[in-house]
Amino acid sequence: MSLTAGIDVGSTYTKVVLAENERIVGRCLRPTGFRLEEVAREALAECLDAAGRTRDAVEYVVGTGMGRHQAADKDLHVTDLTASAAGAAALFPATRTVLDIGGQTMKCSRLNDAGRVHSFRLNDKCAAGTGAFLEKTARYMGYGVEEMGPLIATSREPVPISGVCAVFAESEVINHLSIGTPPASIMHGAIESLVGRAVQLMKRAKAQPAYTLVGGILRFDIMGRSIARDLGAEVNVPAPDLVQFIAAYGAALLGQERLRRLRAGTAPAALEHAVHGRV
Amino acid sequence: MSHAAGVDVGSTQTKAVIIDEQGAIVARALTDTGANVIQAAERAFDQALAAAQLSEVDVEYVIGTGYGRYRVTFGHDQITEISCHGRGAVHMFPRTRTVLDMGGQDTKAIRVSASGEIDDFCMNDKCAAGTGRFLGAASAALQIPLDRLGPVALSYSRPVRISTTCTVFAESEVLSWLGKGKKVEDILWGVHQSIAVRSFALLRRVGIESEVTFTGGVARNAAMVKAMEDKLGCAVNISEEAHFMGALGAALFALDRIRSGRHTRGGAELTP
Repeated sequence: MSLTAGIDVGSTYTKVVLAENERIVGRCLRPTGFRLEEVAREALAECLDAAGRTRDAVEYVVGTGMGRHQAADKDLHVTDLTASAAGAAALFPATRTVLDIGGQTMKCSRLNDAGRVHSFRLNDKCAAGTGAFLEKTARYMGYGVEEMGPLIATSREPVPISGVCAVFAESEVINHLSIGTPPASIMHGAIESLVGRAVQLMKRAKAQPAYTLVGGILRFDIMGRSIARDLGAEVNVPAPDLVQFIAAYGAALLGQERLRRLRAGTAPAALEHAVHGRV
Repeated sequence: MSHAAGVDVGSTQTKAVIIDEQGAIVARALTDTGANVIQAAERAFDQALAAAQLSEVDVEYVIGTGYGRYRVTFGHDQITEISCHGRGAVHMFPRTRTVLDMGGQDTKAIRVSASGEIDDFCMNDKCAAGTGRFLGAASAALQIPLDRLGPVALSYSRPVRISTTCTVFAESEVLSWLGKGKKVEDILWGVHQSIAVRSFALLRRVGIESEVTFTGGVARNAAMVKAMEDKLGCAVNISEEAHFMGALGAALFALDRIRSGRHTRGGAELTP
């Protein structure tokens, strides 16, 4: 039994998963904030505490996410694309496309038969295709992030929200509120606009089935359903309580793989540079 | 004596200007636009009337401009803010050939002819990057009031380069630089420079011809003026009335109507 950890320092949340072989034995989530090194260390410590394990028991730590370089306590780091792909492929082995919607990014990667990323497309430069768009929309109406899910659930139908710019959306939201549109319908409209963006990105990435959708935004089940509807195809979505942890889980699994190779003496030499000490 | 007025309903603030028969400003007023656009227009106009000690009947012609110009219910006509900023800028600085208007949610580059007519213009249409909202985001992130941003930014010593385009992400970038120990003034100067880079690109699309007049609410920000001048490599005209330039232009158009005896309500909108 080998214990490994994956630490995903995302733009909004930091996620940690402890894996014993393929099994998740602990996880932790906390807001990233701006002290990346501390948050990575604290999240790992909290995760170990909750799982009743010690740091010494963890044989390999893999960092990922935009703050992976700041996470000091790790043996290796990989990109979030690699980590999400590993996590998605472990849960849904037929996965050929991973769509990852996070707080500040939207990423679509295509995987080869071995479950490795061979091409990807990103939505950068703009918040309109990310969780930040939903968060802004909610805030303009006076709702917090945690209230978004229950709010959307009460929507009867969405109103069109253009979704071109997260800042300009504020005027749209205000206009809608002033004519009496229910906040739930506005929130629903924002989700639909994000869905439009997601499907566009998937087309640009030349997405192939099976599709697996991951990232914090997929906690809202309407997101997965709407993407499936617009794609005209079935999609895999991990359980709502797991969907935010796929990159961290993938990172922990890559740690398992790495450990096996190190033990078998078959670790590729090129990767040795990335290894920090302990192993 | 008859008067003319211009009411500029912007995305963030509503401005009103009343001028006399000679085109001299007799009163100005400024109010936040807020959610009720019609009321904002009325409020600004009423405040200007009060400041001028005039009543509504003393003002013969009113033109509405800005994004909410059709909500100026008491206006006799509407003219786009592009025409109005061009007109106001040329009135203040007759040699103006290029106008940069930076407002709360949009930035416009306007090229005007010697007679003050609009030759060409372009604006940020898709997103809020490079507009006053970028400063608003920095102001919120750093908890420094908008009117203090300029003075603070001007005390920079080692500029920080802001790499994000999106206004939403800029807020987190500003905080992350702060977390890395960068000085507030250095970050803020970087924010101003980043807006200047985007505005310069916009100006280049219409063609930059001297003189350049900088209008709109953001023109009151000294750091923004300096960042723009650095980028342009020349001085820009800044009027005391920069913030009211659209309303002033509208009032001047209204005065034209009075002079030419066109008192009919409504009529076709002048397009730039």
